[in-house]
Amino acid sequence: MDRVYDIYKKLEEENVLLSFKGMVTSELLTTILQIMESKMEHLEEKPKIKKKVFNILVECLQNLYHHIDQDDVVHIPTEEKSALLMIAKSPQNYQITTGNYMKSTDVGDLRSKLELVNGMDRAELKAYYKKVLNEGKMSPKGTAGLGMIDIARKSGQPLEFSFMPVNDKTTFFSLAVKIAE
Amino acid sequence: MENLTLEGSAKTPTVRFDCENGVLELKGRSIPENSIEFYKPLNDWIDNYASSPKPNTVVDIKLEYFNTSSSKCILDLFKQLENLNSGDTEVKVNWYFEEDDEDMEEAGEDYQAIINLPFKMIEVEEI
Repeated sequence: MDRVYDIYKKLEEENVLLSFKGMVTSELLTTILQIMESKMEHLEEKPKIKKKVFNILVECLQNLYHHIDQDDVVHIPTEEKSALLMIAKSPQNYQITTGNYMKSTDVGDLRSKLELVNGMDRAELKAYYKKVLNEGKMSPKGTAGLGMIDIARKSGQPLEFSFMPVNDKTTFFSLAVKIAE
Repeated sequence: MENLTLEGSAKTPTVRFDCENGVLELKGRSIPENSIEFYKPLNDWIDNYASSPKPNTVVDIKLEYFNTSSSKCILDLFKQLENLNSGDTEVKVNWYFEEDDEDMEEAGEDYQAIINLPFKMIEVEEI
């Protein structure tokens, strides 16, 4: 039972407001957003910060949601449909962290996309967002390929990420987004 | 034709498309996982409206939040209205944003840069 205390201490040290591990469903998404809205209300956050956190959280959660909402998802073991979400608040910033399994063959594309947006300044991100918005095609799932660009744009800070191979086919992808106070 | 009225939910905006007065309003939050489903009836309504529009069409966008999935659908909606504008009606867009909400103000400017319609940016205390 000491492990429970260890987990508690760890979450405390990391200033975690909310954490979740499991499958991200549409209902869960709604609930997490409601909880975070009332938490931020309670913390009397500035409207500007509340909006940024909410917006980025929506995109992060919907990335996780759409990630498992794929045709080939039936071939993925149940454990690998599970994802991690953590929202932490330190005196300096909010941090939204996500973790999910992905196909190792998709790592290259995602890494290039993240490196591309991280290399852009504010004006470049704005131009790139407009270009993808105007020229990009929408997938049948309703994703527009704008998620990471929008997250980078609203966060205003580089996205931290890592890819950890778990076996020859699967990689665990972690993403951390900071929103400065 | 009939007006299109949809009550808002936790993830979808209130829709009031009024064909008698030529006023199309979207208000609240638009963050559905799949926005295509939600926006399809709105596109269909505008197609219908295009056959006998009012001389003036006013589009009031009063969004508090929208996700990137919706942003593409909103662009498509504006493109539909852009086509409408060259016909029997003059279309004007009012883009509302809350004080200090630079992200929403910028989002309006992004559309303004892409879409050939007159945009009016309106800052309000609360949407």
